[in-house]
Amino acid sequence: MELTKEEESALKGEQGEIMQMAYRILVATGEATDAERLVPIKWAHLSGVNYNTIGDAGEEFLSGISKSARVKVKTTLNPMGFDIDNVSNYGLDENFISKQLSIKSSYETMGVTPSFSCIPYEIYDIPPDGTQVAFAESNAAIHANSYDNLKTNKESAFSALASALTGKSPYSSLRKEDSPNVTIRMKVKNPDELAYGMLGFFAGKVGDTSVNISGLGEMDKRQCKAMCGGMGTSGTCAKFLFGEGDSDCEKVDFDEKEMQNVHDELNTSEKGDLITLGSPQLGLDEISDLTSRLKGRSFKKRCMVFVPRTVKEQAKKIGYTNELERAGCEILSDCCTCLTPLICKDNVDVVTTNSIKGAFYLKNSNGVGVNLKPLSQIVQEETK
Amino acid sequence: MKVLVKGKTNGVVIKSTQPINFLGTVNKKTGIISDKNHDLFEKSIKDSILVFPSGVGSSVGAYTIYSIKSNNTAPLAMICTKADLTVATGCALANIPLLIIDGKEFLSIKNGMHLSVDTENITPIHPL
Repeated sequence: MELTKEEESALKGEQGEIMQMAYRILVATGEATDAERLVPIKWAHLSGVNYNTIGDAGEEFLSGISKSARVKVKTTLNPMGFDIDNVSNYGLDENFISKQLSIKSSYETMGVTPSFSCIPYEIYDIPPDGTQVAFAESNAAIHANSYDNLKTNKESAFSALASALTGKSPYSSLRKEDSPNVTIRMKVKNPDELAYGMLGFFAGKVGDTSVNISGLGEMDKRQCKAMCGGMGTSGTCAKFLFGEGDSDCEKVDFDEKEMQNVHDELNTSEKGDLITLGSPQLGLDEISDLTSRLKGRSFKKRCMVFVPRTVKEQAKKIGYTNELERAGCEILSDCCTCLTPLICKDNVDVVTTNSIKGAFYLKNSNGVGVNLKPLSQIVQEETK
Repeated sequence: MKVLVKGKTNGVVIKSTQPINFLGTVNKKTGIISDKNHDLFEKSIKDSILVFPSGVGSSVGAYTIYSIKSNNTAPLAMICTKADLTVATGCALANIPLLIIDGKEFLSIKNGMHLSVDTENITPIHPL
């Protein structure tokens, strides 16, 4: 990769240790993606916030660099481990809370906006078409490339951080015109959001950096997010294009059989003790829809609903929060199903969810069982 | 063959034909794989030469790589067939040598082999 004189000097350490580290990460990123140079970016979205995921090493690293590191572009942040408004209800230990607050404060010191959301594309205005950004959250990177006409690599937590600190990112294939070599043919009839999540999970395994997907009908926001979440979990793929693609593309069908295989990989149980909604977090439209589905009904078991703080505040003003709490929902902002420390195998055996991304991490990281159901079925079977 | 992170080490190969999602499926304290569907389930990647196709999934996996290095449960080196940013940047920050090899070279490396890795050498990987 070609660097400018100034970039070379930063890599040599002439602009301090932080810049040297950031450029070392950018160079590794550039070499890994065969990029020939760095380009400016307008917006970075960082992962690596939840103490559950980054641990003591991550907390100490951030605390160390925050003494002098400052972001150069608009930088937003993924969810953390809890909602400070109701953390006392969940019996988290003091150590977790203090380490998490230290991480929060390190990011704030660096100049990062504490958005604590995995759906930046839904809570912020989208910049003009073709704008270069650096989104680390995998579902957000896929959403940005596939729906929002933005350009991002499937950044890692460190490459996005390095981009935030330098305002630059390698000019890799996903930032240019990318032509996938595989087309997934969606054959499942009348898909719900769970089917789209499984399609995403399947496509992520088949695709390389991007895939074509044909046979997609009209998708609502929930279904789009489910697909991006599923795809981000299973693979390295960070973009899908709608349609058949070139005639020389390899064609792979996604039909009932392939869907059943994904289901069998992630679903462990037919019944859950607790329900979670939101991985990715729910936006205002989904909260509005949930509120109307729950009219006159209430959950027979606990149901955790994860939203960004801005959505929680809007929902409160409109009156959705009251309605949802009446129906038995616990509304949590700043955190997410994915890697939450609020669900622990000591007191939960099986979680019911409509999220493929949530299912993967609940099963593998939280170590609990998973019962997959679409939202319509959750409301039908789990409320009275 | 491409060197993404430089270094010199030697150790025993732990090889998987499946990609690894570092976040959530690698125990940071022990380096043990917790994904029941993975062919390395219940195996530790600590102090190994970890050979696998690529990293997949969450971007936060880079922190997992940094954490296992800090906890002394990391592999000595990683060898992949495909460069992904989670592994590339995690190894860059943690100073774990990382090489990208082609499919033929991948086939020639067997589980349990004792390998020397030296990115400054003309042949960076050779059996001991």
